[in-house]
Amino acid sequence: MPLELVLQYFLSGLIYGCIYAAVAIGFNIIYNATAIINFAQGEFAMLGGMIASTLAGILPLWLAVAAAVALTSISGVAVERVFLRRVARSGVLNTIVATIGLSMLIREAALLAWGESVRTLPFFSGTEVSSVYFLGAHFSPQVYWVAGATALIMAGLTAFFKFTLMGKAMRGCSANRDGASLCGIDPDRMVTIAFGISAGIGALAGCVVAPLTQTHYAIGAELAIKGFTVAAFGGLGNSFAAVLAGLALGMLESFSTVVVPEAYKDVVTLCVLLALLFAKPTGLLGSRAAATLKEY
Amino acid sequence: MPFGSLAKPAVLCAVFLSCLSSAYAADPIKIGAIFGVTGPAAYLGAPEDRTARMVVDGINRSGGILGRQVQLIIKDSGASPEKAISFAKQLIEEDEVVAIIGPTTSGESMAIKDVCQKAGVPLVSCASAEAIVDPVAKYVFKVPQKDNYIVEWLYGTMNKLGISRIGVIASNTGFGNGGKAQLEKYASKYGISIAISEVYDSNATDLTALLAKVNAAGVQAVVNWSIEPAQSIVAKNMRQLKMSARLFQSHGFANIKYVQAAGEAAEGIIFPCGRLIVADELPDSNPQKKLLAKYNADYKALYNEEASTFGGHAYDALAILKAAIESAKSTEPDRIVHAIEGLKDFPGTAGTFNFSTTDHNGLLMDSIVMVTVKRGKFTLYRGD
Repeated sequence: MPLELVLQYFLSGLIYGCIYAAVAIGFNIIYNATAIINFAQGEFAMLGGMIASTLAGILPLWLAVAAAVALTSISGVAVERVFLRRVARSGVLNTIVATIGLSMLIREAALLAWGESVRTLPFFSGTEVSSVYFLGAHFSPQVYWVAGATALIMAGLTAFFKFTLMGKAMRGCSANRDGASLCGIDPDRMVTIAFGISAGIGALAGCVVAPLTQTHYAIGAELAIKGFTVAAFGGLGNSFAAVLAGLALGMLESFSTVVVPEAYKDVVTLCVLLALLFAKPTGLLGSRAAATLKEY
Repeated sequence: MPFGSLAKPAVLCAVFLSCLSSAYAADPIKIGAIFGVTGPAAYLGAPEDRTARMVVDGINRSGGILGRQVQLIIKDSGASPEKAISFAKQLIEEDEVVAIIGPTTSGESMAIKDVCQKAGVPLVSCASAEAIVDPVAKYVFKVPQKDNYIVEWLYGTMNKLGISRIGVIASNTGFGNGGKAQLEKYASKYGISIAISEVYDSNATDLTALLAKVNAAGVQAVVNWSIEPAQSIVAKNMRQLKMSARLFQSHGFANIKYVQAAGEAAEGIIFPCGRLIVADELPDSNPQKKLLAKYNADYKALYNEEASTFGGHAYDALAILKAAIESAKSTEPDRIVHAIEGLKDFPGTAGTFNFSTTDHNGLLMDSIVMVTVKRGKFTLYRGD
């Protein structure tokens, strides 16, 4: 295979990988705070893209994206406060099922609000036909934005959890909920904040990929499945692992099209995921110790 | 009274059925509709649903059919053949509809072809696969142009442009695979060689990897066959990859929203479809022109969006049923079928229909035109 083609596949894999990683990080934040898997995570990415595409008509693009992230964050908080907090007392499994229900609710609401048609955002730099040349490969300048946003999310989260009091409090809650509340941390508040952050990250991811992938009311479910796959692949709860796993899965999907029809790339990734989980049930970088902290 | 002229058997029939209430002149004519309003074919099903509501409202406001109001019962199948089957049975057995329009997709239409045939209820499908009317089933009709016409138009245009080596990509759906099979079947007739033929996931959001593979096969043109938003993504990805190959699409592209989503990348795409989306360019002598202009204007006024050829299929299905019931002066299935088969030079949105006992589609190759995108608008393709 010529080098340019290898590079072209690599770049495709990079785009897929960044999208999946951003959704997977959202899964992890909520998982760490609550031990639940939030299957409405993909819906946050959908909401981000849809709100931004609506606002882009009346606001400058950057403001539309900022507003979409803020509004989706607020809806993430609302979802937790209004629905999930009430269910949470009855156990982790019930809450997970409730998130599946919520994802359907949000999807149907989006169908009513925006209709079935496909929407898109303007490219952040350049247009639909802009192309960057690099060592024989061509790609859209939007790829810079997607990769940049993923890097920014990672750096921001690392700083937040390492250096801010609130970030440390959230980590405390995740390590030992009872211990944290003895230290004066309100675990319920931490969960609410986790939902806010997670929804915001999902929305940002939804916005930066929208010019490339387009968006419509039903993209959430697909993203949630991919994001969850990546989160499990990397090891639940570990956001750094999510990025690695996202990129690995992206590359796998992209390079698998060399031998398998594109329509079956999900089969390839799911087979690899299953094989990995049989061999190492905690995921690539997950540890048994981290897994047992959660009260499953 | 419209029933005054009914023939003796029908009167007997009416008396016999009077306990079922459907034979009273004042009772509405029930027409069932199965559309994929939501789900993967929503881009087709939703405009069909809106059109059908609009058309039936119009019919009822102007006095109904044979003096009876029309009651439209719409079922949202989500493009699932299983659901289409259960809705078809429900419409036939519980609602006792006179006829069914839809379903939206070819897979669903094939799934309920037998159900309607066995129950003896006329079905006017809004899907394109040739297999729906070939072999002909007495009670089954379809209004969109057959997919093999689309393929022959594509290849004919390629011949003129000197394109002989192409890549085919199709979404992994009944529509995509059907189109791919037709493309492969007719290639040799037009001296076209298909260098690479691939299917992609119907939810695909980025196709750069697949298109890089197609590009590496050294093709002069790419034909994309799908109904999904991937149609816009293919256009964008090809430009981002700086591919020199020309992009052709199927009639699934005849929705201005896909052009908007692809933006600048949509410029120059060529595809075959019915005349609806280029109605304002037709000469006044065209028998479809007045009807198309009216449908486009009415649809836009009511729903504040551009009409698409898909909504047009629902329009045709209802118009054909209305004409057939009026000329049969009856809602009895066999008489409706006979009346549809007798419709000649009947202008619709997809073309001018000429049905017969052996042709339950009634459209010819000339129902198709080649369309291209210029400055974000559909326009007739008149060569480079």
